[in-house]
Amino acid sequence: MVEFLHNNLAYLINGISVGGQYALIAIGYTMVYGILRLINFAHGDVFMIAGLMVVYMSTVLPMWLTIVLTLIMTAVLGFFIERIAYRPLRSAPRMSVMISAIGVSYLLQNCALYFTGGLAQSFPSISFLTKPVNIWGTSVIMAKVITPFLTLILIFLLLFLIKKTKIGMAMRAVSKDFETSQLMGIRINLVISVTFIIGCLLAAIGSILYFTCYPSVQPTSGGMPGLKAFVAAVFGGIGSIPGAVIGAFIIGICENIIKGGASIFGIQTNGWTTFSDAFSFALLIVILMIKPTGLFGEKSTDKV
Amino acid sequence: METLNNKKRNPNTIPAIICLAAVVVLLLLLDNVLPANEFTLMLIPVLKKSAIYALLCVSMNLLNGFTGLFSLGQAGFMLIGAYTYAIISIPDADRDTVYMYSEGSDVTFSIPEMLGNVIGKNAGNFFGAIICIILAGLVAAIFAALIGIPVLRLKSDYLAIATLGFAEIIRAVCQWDKLERITSGSFQLRKYVDFGDMKLQLGGMTIKFSSLFPYLIAGLSILFIVALINSTYGRAFKAIRDDEVAAEAMGINLFKHKMLSFVVSSFFVGVGGALLAMYQTTIQASPFKSAMTYEILLIVVIGGIGSISGSCIGAFLFTACNEWWLRFLDSGSINLFGNKMSVPFFRDGFRKVIFSVIIMVVVLFFSKGIMGDKEISFAGMGAKLKALSGKSKKDKKVKEEA
Amino acid sequence: MKKVLAIVMAMAMIFGLAACGSAEAGKDGDTVYVGIYEPQTGDNGAGGKQEILGIQYANSICPTVELGGKTYKVELVIADNESSNDKAVSAATKLISAGCSIALGSYGSGVSMAAADTFEEAGVPAMGISCTNALVTADNDIYFRICFIDPDQGTIDANLINSMGIKNVYVLSMLGEDYGSGLASYFQKEAERLGMTVTADSFPEGNSDFTSYLTNAKNAGAEAIFAPCSTGYAQQIIAQSAAMDFIVPLVAGDTWDSGVISDACAATGKDVQVYCSTFYAEGKDVEFEKALKDWINGDQDNLKNNAGSDELSAVTLLGYDAYMVAIEALKAADSADPKAVKEALPGVNYTGITGEIKFKEGGDADRHDAFIKTYSSETQTLVYYDLFSF
Repeated sequence: MVEFLHNNLAYLINGISVGGQYALIAIGYTMVYGILRLINFAHGDVFMIAGLMVVYMSTVLPMWLTIVLTLIMTAVLGFFIERIAYRPLRSAPRMSVMISAIGVSYLLQNCALYFTGGLAQSFPSISFLTKPVNIWGTSVIMAKVITPFLTLILIFLLLFLIKKTKIGMAMRAVSKDFETSQLMGIRINLVISVTFIIGCLLAAIGSILYFTCYPSVQPTSGGMPGLKAFVAAVFGGIGSIPGAVIGAFIIGICENIIKGGASIFGIQTNGWTTFSDAFSFALLIVILMIKPTGLFGEKSTDKV
Repeated sequence: METLNNKKRNPNTIPAIICLAAVVVLLLLLDNVLPANEFTLMLIPVLKKSAIYALLCVSMNLLNGFTGLFSLGQAGFMLIGAYTYAIISIPDADRDTVYMYSEGSDVTFSIPEMLGNVIGKNAGNFFGAIICIILAGLVAAIFAALIGIPVLRLKSDYLAIATLGFAEIIRAVCQWDKLERITSGSFQLRKYVDFGDMKLQLGGMTIKFSSLFPYLIAGLSILFIVALINSTYGRAFKAIRDDEVAAEAMGINLFKHKMLSFVVSSFFVGVGGALLAMYQTTIQASPFKSAMTYEILLIVVIGGIGSISGSCIGAFLFTACNEWWLRFLDSGSINLFGNKMSVPFFRDGFRKVIFSVIIMVVVLFFSKGIMGDKEISFAGMGAKLKALSGKSKKDKKVKEEA
Repeated sequence: MKKVLAIVMAMAMIFGLAACGSAEAGKDGDTVYVGIYEPQTGDNGAGGKQEILGIQYANSICPTVELGGKTYKVELVIADNESSNDKAVSAATKLISAGCSIALGSYGSGVSMAAADTFEEAGVPAMGISCTNALVTADNDIYFRICFIDPDQGTIDANLINSMGIKNVYVLSMLGEDYGSGLASYFQKEAERLGMTVTADSFPEGNSDFTSYLTNAKNAGAEAIFAPCSTGYAQQIIAQSAAMDFIVPLVAGDTWDSGVISDACAATGKDVQVYCSTFYAEGKDVEFEKALKDWINGDQDNLKNNAGSDELSAVTLLGYDAYMVAIEALKAADSADPKAVKEALPGVNYTGITGEIKFKEGGDADRHDAFIKTYSSETQTLVYYDLFSF
C-alpha cells in the first residue's frame, strides 16, 4: 500500500493541486448561481484574461506589483461585466441572461485572440512559486504544494465572511429569496457586485497558480478549466460553497487517476487517456442520477 | 425562407407557395445558370449552411423554446448524425484510403452505391443520401431516447450540464482508437456522398441541385416540426414550458411528452448533422465541441426564443456575418471604389471582435431577439409595410422593431 | 436608443456589403491573385502566420509576373480557416470567389484535406506548404505540396531516436488531430520495426496539464518522448517535463521548428534536449536569411507574427518557396487561368531556398532529405542541424 502510494504520488499531488485550482474557479460559478441562478459562462474566460494580464504587465512591472494589479483589475473586470452585461437583463428571462454570459465569453475570447494575435503567450515564472520541491522522491514545483493549502485558507476566509459579516448575511438572504430580501431593504445590486468581485478575485488567484504550473496562456485556455470547474460546482451541488470545493478536489484527483490509469493499475492497454475529459462528465452524470441536485445541493421545491 | 409558409392560415397560403416556388427557382438558377462571380460564389455556401443551421436552430427551439427543456447536447447528436451518415455512404472503392490508418473498415456497405447499382448513379446518390440522412436521424434519436431516460428527470440547469456532458462523452467515444475501424478514430471521414453529387441527367444536360437539396431536407423537416408544434402535442409542450406542475395537474404525462420532444428534436439535430457532413465534404469529431452548441443557442436567442421564422432569419444573418460579410475586417485594408486603403485596426481576428460586439449589442438591447415569439405572416407584413410606408424601408430590423 | 442602434447596425451591414462589392470593383485587368489558405487563429494560428510571412516576403521580392508579354501585379488574398474543418469550405470559397489562380496552404493537414473538395470542384489548384499528412494529396488531382510527407518523417524520427541507442519511447499526440495522430502512427510502426518498446497516449484538445502523461512516460521507463503536436502544447510539455525533473530527449515533427520552442527551452533554465525534423537548416543561405530577418525586424506586425523574435522557422522559408513555385507555374502556364496553372504545375522544376522542388506523380514533392534541428539550452538556446536522407 505504502509502496503503491509512493509510486503514484505524482498523480495524487497533481490531482490535489489541480483540484485546488478548479475549486478557486468553481466558487465563482457557485456563488453567482446561488444568487442570480445564472450559469456565468464567462467565468472561465475571466480566468484566462487574468493570466494574460500577468503576461503583459510583468514585462514592464515588478512581479509583486503585477500580481496585486492583476487581482485588482480582474475584480474590476468582474464588476463591469456584471454591471454592463447582466444587470440590464435582470428582469429578462433567464435564458437571455445566460446568452449574455455566452456573449461575454465570446467577446473576451475574441479580444484576447485579437491582442495576442492567437499566439500562445508564455507565462512568466514567479520565482517563489516555481521553486522545485522534493516530496518523498517526487519533484514538483512550489505552486503545486501550496495550492491546496492556499485554497483551504481562502475558503475558510470566505466562509467566515459569509457566516459572520453583514454583507455575508445579506448574500445568504438574497440567495434564499431574491425578492423578499429586496423588500427587507437589502441593497441587492451591491450584494451582487460583491459576489462577482469575490468570485473574480478567487479566479485570479487560481489563474496565477494554474498558469504557473502550466505556463502557456492562449485565448482558449479558460475553456476547459472553466468547464471542469463548472462540472465540479454542479457535482457538489451548485450554490453550495463547500460542495464546490469538495467537487473540485474529487474531479481533479479522478481526472489524474484516469490519465494515469494504465500506469497506476498496471493495465497493459493503451487508449485510456482518450476518456480523461469524458470521465469527469460521466462521473457527474452518475452523481446526478443518484442525487439530482448534486452532493450538497438543496432540494428545490416548486411553488405552485 | 421555407418557413414563409409555415402557418397554414388562408391568407398566407398563396403568397407562401409563390415564395417557395421563387426560392426553388432561385436556387436552381444559382447552381446552373447564373455566372460564377464573387457574389454568387460566396452566396452558395452561405445559403447552404444557413439552411442547415436553420434546421438545427428550429430543432433546438422545439426543445428549449417550446418545451422549456434546457438541453445543451446538440453538438453530440449532430456528431452522431454526421458520423452515421458518413460511415454508411462512403463508396466501397474509397473506403481503403479513408480508413488508411486502421487498414480497412468493418462497415462494408454503402447505401447510395447499393441503390445506385439498381436505379442508376444519380438517382442512387439522391435516394441513398435521403435514406442515410433518415438513418442518421434515427440513430441520433435512439441515443437521445437512451440518454433521455435518466437525464430528463433532472431540472433546468442540471439537465443542461448533463446533456453537455453527454455530448463530450460522445465526442470522446467517436475519437477512440478502439473504434477506429468504424469511426476512423482521430482521422477524417471523407469521400462520402455530398451536395456536389446531387444532380440530374436529362438527355445530354446535367441539372445540378446541390443548393436545393439542403433546402429540401431542411424545409420538410421544419414543416414537420411546425406541424408538431401546432398539434395537441405542441400545446402540451407549451403547457409544460409555462408551468410543469399545472400541466401535470391537467393530465399531461410529463415524462412522455418531454421524451417525445427530446427524441424528435434530437432526430432533426441528427439530420442537421448529416447535412452538415454533406456540406463540409469531410467530417471529424474535433469541431463538435460545446462551442458549436453555444453557437446554435446564440442564433436561437438572436432570432427569438419560440419563433420558428426568427430562428431561420437568425441562422442566415449569423452565417453570413460570420463567414462572409465581415471577412473584409480581417484583411488589413479595404477596397473602396477601387482605392485600396489600409485601416489601422483591421487585422486577423478583428472580424471576430466586431462579430462578438454585435452579438452583445443584440443580446443587451434586443433581448427578445429579432422576432420575439412572433412569426412572419404575409398578412401581418402587409399591414406593417403600410404603416411604415413613410419611413425607411431598407432595413428589416427597423421594421421588426416598429 | 434601440432604433438608433438598429439603424447603426443596419448601416454597418450595408457598409460591409459595399466593401465586399467594391472589392470586386477594385479588380482590374492587370492583377493576378494568389490565395493564401492559412489558419491565423486557433491551435495552428502561430504556425500559419509564420508561413504567411514567407509568402508575403516572397511577394515583396517578386511582386509582378509576366504573362503573355504583359506584366501583371501579383496580389495576395488571405482567408483565415481558423484551424477548424468547419470553416474550411467558406474560407476556400472566399479565395475562389476572389478569382485566385492558385491557393497556397494550409499549415495543418486536416484543414487542407477539408478544403480539397471545394478547390477541386472549382478547378483551382492548391499547393500545400507544410501539410505532411499522406492523405492530403491522395485521391485528388488538385492538391500538390512542396514538403516531405509523414511516412518519411515518422521513419526519420524513429531512426533518430534509435541512433541515440534508446529502446523505450513514449508517444503522445492530440486526440482527433490528423497531423499528430498520423505522424504518431507512422513513427510507432517504424519504432516497433526497429525493436523499440512504444507506449502511446493521446491528450484531449485544450489540455494544459501534461504532468500525468509525463509521469506515465516515466513509469513506463521511457527514455525518449515523441510528441507531434502544435507549439502551444509543446510549450507546456517542455516546461512541465523540466519542472518535474524528467529530462529525456523530446522529439517531434516539423511543427516544433519555431522560435516559440527555443523560447520555451530557454525559459526552463535546464538542459532540456529537444529535437525536431524539419525542412531547412538555418545557415544554409546566410545572405538570404539576413535579408529575410531584416524584413521581419523592419515591421512590428511581422515581428509579432513571428512570435516576437527573428528566429526563422522552416515553414517561413517553405512559404517563400511555395510562392516562387506558384509564380513559376503561372509563367509556365502563361495565363492566370486556374485550369491552365493546374496543368502547368506538375511540370515545374524550381530550385528554391529549401532545395530543389519538383513534383512526383500524385502531387507530392520529390524530396529526399530532412534536417534534424536540435535545441540545446545549457546557457542559451543553441540550435544545430543534422541531415537525414531517405
